[in-house]
Amino acid sequence: MSDPILATRGLSKSFGALKATDDVSIDLLPGEIHAIIGPNGAGKSTLIEQISGGLRPDAGSVHLMGQDVTHQNTQARAKAGLGRTFQISALAMEDTVLENALLGAIGQSARPWRFWSGVAGDRTLVERAFNALERVGLSDAADERTANLSHGQRRQLEIAVALTLSPKAFVMDEPMAGLGAEGSKFLTGFLDTLRDEAPILLVEHDMDAVFALADRITVLVYGKVIASGTTDDIRRSAEVREAYLGEDA
Amino acid sequence: MIVERWINWVTLLAFMVVPLWALVTDEPFTITLATRAAILALAAVGLNIALGIGGLVSLGHAAFFGLGGYAMGILAFHAQNYTPLELGPFTTEGTKSMPVIWLTAIIAAALAGLIIGLLSLRTAGVYFIMITLAFGQMFFYFAISWSAYGGEDGLSIYVRNGFPGLNTLVPIQFFGICFVALCLSLYVHWRLRSSPFGLALNAARQVPQRVETVGLNPYRLKLVAFVISAAITGLAGALFADLNRFVSPAMFSWQLSGELIVLIIIGGVGRLMGPVIGAAIFVALEHWLGGLTDFWHIWLGVILLLIVLFGRGGVVGLLTGKAGPHV
Repeated sequence: MSDPILATRGLSKSFGALKATDDVSIDLLPGEIHAIIGPNGAGKSTLIEQISGGLRPDAGSVHLMGQDVTHQNTQARAKAGLGRTFQISALAMEDTVLENALLGAIGQSARPWRFWSGVAGDRTLVERAFNALERVGLSDAADERTANLSHGQRRQLEIAVALTLSPKAFVMDEPMAGLGAEGSKFLTGFLDTLRDEAPILLVEHDMDAVFALADRITVLVYGKVIASGTTDDIRRSAEVREAYLGEDA
Repeated sequence: MIVERWINWVTLLAFMVVPLWALVTDEPFTITLATRAAILALAAVGLNIALGIGGLVSLGHAAFFGLGGYAMGILAFHAQNYTPLELGPFTTEGTKSMPVIWLTAIIAAALAGLIIGLLSLRTAGVYFIMITLAFGQMFFYFAISWSAYGGEDGLSIYVRNGFPGLNTLVPIQFFGICFVALCLSLYVHWRLRSSPFGLALNAARQVPQRVETVGLNPYRLKLVAFVISAAITGLAGALFADLNRFVSPAMFSWQLSGELIVLIIIGGVGRLMGPVIGAAIFVALEHWLGGLTDFWHIWLGVILLLIVLFGRGGVVGLLTGKAGPHV
């Protein structure tokens, strides 16, 4: 078995009496899509925050490429190769689509301290940004103000920004949220090819997408892993069915 | 964008033509008014980098303005009295040379900006406003009690400081100096805004969490912006002191910090020419309305209210039909 790109070990986080994350250990292996599913309030977002550095766990650790990053902040983890997307699009709404992608390219270049050279004239940055937009199908809207984008386009841009980082692992928080049938079909197809570039830890409510994409699924309920395995294992698991999927799944 | 570019050039041209016209028609006081507007605009261009691009509502920029003023005052005071300037173990002389004074003002303001920024930027929103205000007031009360340099009465400098090759006592020549400084600061703003740093800073104002997830540090971006902003406002302070040939604690007052914010809002927050148009309007109102009534601030308030209610992009926003950035 190859070493995991991203791993958590015994991750726990409580808010008062509420155990949001309870002893969660998951692996993200090269080339795979590992989906995290669970009902609302299962602690998926809290888990994502701990993985990406927004929250410090009470116990346990997070490893990226074999390095313990538990005590590193968000920026350090991003630099180390974590590409995170937000559940609610976190984009600079006043800026153009291209400028949002450029922000990622600037972060990837790790050289924001250039005060005098125009960013539009920097071919390396522009190419990287434009390339990412092209891949998600947004290059036609490059000069559009982000506030004018449709919800679906914002979701695409959210992923484009992560692409500009050329991350070692993606962590995506409900990328399909609010997408129509057309949009989720496109995104499902896109993520399917993306896994070869870097593995994806995918938190998602859209079960069609999850079962179409995931190599493995981990089910969280009340912060605890109640099941983890291949897509078929999970589909068959009675416990999961009862807790989450419902009778007709 | 094209409309705004026209507005920018017309504004600068008008800023040049008015004093030249005043020179031809022999109205030196108008030149002095234009100089005052240019200096306030320079101070506000500085603040606009922090406020407009970085979203940092600093109510303490008078600290940097005043530091620039006192840098001029102290150096010129020692030069005109032929007394040595003692800095701890070092003793130096005062100077009447503008370039040296400016450099001192810029460095002093930048250092203060670094220290104030390091502490203030740990907070955000209304706490940031309050902590910068508090720092500004510290400088104000320090200046009042600093009897060596005039305390509450301030310092008078009898002769305007010199610039090689120019007679700075001629109003139009001193205006020229201030106008060039203003143009340079606008150039700095423009370059910064279109640089990778400017893009990242502008994003840090809107979505700091995004900036972190691409591996950049919003705190550091804002700190650097704050220091640059302070340095420019410091330079403006030195020029302002030279214009009046007088320095007093009033340069540190929080009203001045507030006025700088007001004139940026009038002109257009984050717009290149916002501070320039705002300062021109401010000085014009101060002069014409101030001549009619002591309560001219009421009318300034009305204008501010109308702009905040109906034209979020200030005058530039109204002219271009585009709302400005939200702070």
